[in-house]
Amino acid sequence: MQTLVAYVENKPGVLNRVASLARRLAINIDSLTVGPTENEEIARMTIVAHTDERGAHRLEASLEKLVDVLLAENISTRALLERDLALIKVSADQQNRPHLMELIKVFRARVVDVAPESLIIEVSGTVDKIDGLLEVLRPFGVLEMARTGRISMTRGGDLLQPPPATQSESLETAEAKSK
Amino acid sequence: MKLTGAETLCESLTRLGVREIFGYPGGAILPVYDALGKSKLHHVLVRHEQGATHMADGYARASGGIGVAMATSGPGATNMVTGIATAMMDSSPVVCITGQVSSKVLGSDAFQEIDITGITMPITKHNVVITKAEDIARTIREAFLIANSGRPGPVLVDITKDAQQASAEFNWEASEPKLPPKRLRNNHDQAEFDRAVEMLNTAKRPIILAGHGIMVSGAMRAFEQFVRAGNYPVAMTLLGIGCFPANDPLNLGMMGMHGEAWVNNAIQEADLLIAVGMRFDDRVTGDLRTYAKSARKIHIEIDRAEINKNVKVDAALVGDAREVLEKLTPHIQTRDHGTWIRHITELKGDSAVRDIQSLPDNGHLYAAHVINDIWKETRGEAIVVTDVGQHQMWEAQYYHHNQPRTLITSGGLGTMGFALPAAIGAKFAKPGSEVWVVVGDGGFQMTMSELATIVQEKISIKIAIINNGYLGMVRQWQEFFYDKRYVATPLVAPDFAALANAFGIRGERITKRAEVVPIIRSARESNETVLIDFRVEQEDSVYPMVAAGASLSDMIRRPNNPLVETATEP
Repeated sequence: MQTLVAYVENKPGVLNRVASLARRLAINIDSLTVGPTENEEIARMTIVAHTDERGAHRLEASLEKLVDVLLAENISTRALLERDLALIKVSADQQNRPHLMELIKVFRARVVDVAPESLIIEVSGTVDKIDGLLEVLRPFGVLEMARTGRISMTRGGDLLQPPPATQSESLETAEAKSK
Repeated sequence: MKLTGAETLCESLTRLGVREIFGYPGGAILPVYDALGKSKLHHVLVRHEQGATHMADGYARASGGIGVAMATSGPGATNMVTGIATAMMDSSPVVCITGQVSSKVLGSDAFQEIDITGITMPITKHNVVITKAEDIARTIREAFLIANSGRPGPVLVDITKDAQQASAEFNWEASEPKLPPKRLRNNHDQAEFDRAVEMLNTAKRPIILAGHGIMVSGAMRAFEQFVRAGNYPVAMTLLGIGCFPANDPLNLGMMGMHGEAWVNNAIQEADLLIAVGMRFDDRVTGDLRTYAKSARKIHIEIDRAEINKNVKVDAALVGDAREVLEKLTPHIQTRDHGTWIRHITELKGDSAVRDIQSLPDNGHLYAAHVINDIWKETRGEAIVVTDVGQHQMWEAQYYHHNQPRTLITSGGLGTMGFALPAAIGAKFAKPGSEVWVVVGDGGFQMTMSELATIVQEKISIKIAIINNGYLGMVRQWQEFFYDKRYVATPLVAPDFAALANAFGIRGERITKRAEVVPIIRSARESNETVLIDFRVEQEDSVYPMVAAGASLSDMIRRPNNPLVETATEP
């Protein structure tokens, strides 16, 4: 499993281009999350792909060839912070509710919706942590689940920022060449 | 100044240096055609939109500039798909402009509406829909910039009819391209560079694999200096042919599936491969597990995604071929490869010095004779545009190109039907050059309707149909790998000479070897297009051949036959 981060233009069709590229390269995407950055014109993607290092290089380099992709980087081998968020609707009656609440506390999850026959639990953390909670909730009866997919960030001073808004290529030269 | 979107488009194209547009009108592009009529742009009316894209492609390949193709929405746009994919696979800078239904009805399955940007996403370098007149100038400038920068490729611009019709202020200066800022990558990692230099200076048996990228980069001079500095033998990819003169003693000829035997053997024996602007296509490497096992590899390539894609390399120098070569050449210290070059000359044996022209006339007409005679008569100076198949490989073997951009052929996609329209584009790019089409009887029948375009445009192209009555390359595979079961390869064709006459073109039929040179001379003397139907040996095959997936060392050689399998010494 390889993790890539990409900065892309925040406009329609870009997600399609990224997903279509992975399909063309026969790389299976495990999760892809996208959201705006502090600059609303730029979106950030975290792509988790079923591939090896070589496949990740191909994906990274091919992504950067897309006009709308500003930067793509395989961060799999770097020190990472990873988060996934899940909403889990689990059945809960009067009897098992206390037991359920205890488990939720252990996992540092929280209850965000209470109904007579069910609870919605919100949990964030690593994929492993959420999978762990899911495992212990299963006996109670998981009615619905929604997960965001992973977002990742390199730790500390290892910054991964979008490139500054300057052109990397002399436009005059390229336009002259095109004649 | 207020202009309509259509007028803005024509004005922008003119300012970008476009002279010809290859296209076909229709409802959703009519406003542009109306504006075209009032502009200085010359529109070449094609007979099928695929032809328009191949013409733009041929124009781009012959000139190094950008070719422009135009079509209407729906079927006009979908007919372009094959030509766009051809340009994509061979990194050819083509800009396709398509009409689209009005933005108000987009997505409603309107008449002749199709999602052409969706369809062409994987086969374009970039594509875009324009729905506002004010976006046209900037987007067209961006399209031109993208098409011919870095690794070139096709760009499709889809313009809705209302954007063509609406008026907007035209301000060229204010319409500068605004492409997203890209990360500048450090392409010249010093450690990688030093490793490459060390490899260059310690190799005993180096060989250069020269590809299309040298031509695209305009690196011919830098490449020659690099070759001379290291005294390196050079092997060519199909699309690399022309980037280094065929008559240079260091040029060994073509590598790969139908490459020269000595070239493939030299690659297999080499201790260093210097790959420049090529991408280790499967037609070049054969079985990767047995490919150049004793060689270290340096890869000079502008596209980072090509590095380690097929062949794992020891040093990757990512960048423009000219820049990298110019930086490398001063560091070359070793040029003593005499023993190695003598060894390669021995590998050639006597096959290289036999001249097919001196073989006795056995009553048969072979494609190799025809192509070799065209080479001799044109002194290797013509632009030759080929189709795909046996004749394409024979062209690469028997026509010796000394100048870049003189062999135009569909390599990556292998698009039959490419030759005739691409040649029309090449002729527009180089009106002073002699342009020859070398095409099979199969491929010619795919796009022969463009003969009418030739007549309408009054241009002069010499067309040599290598007519063997088969889809020859497929027949050859059936002969070798399917026990001669010739399913769907015998091919009925019209009387091509009579067909040419029907179009108003002089047509000739040649069946004897003695007639070949006189007809070539006669065709060359004519100022008009001439079509020659060469009825060649029907079941001849291209040798040598590395079967698909086989090792490069494992070549199928011509069976005991007086006809030589290899090229003459250029």
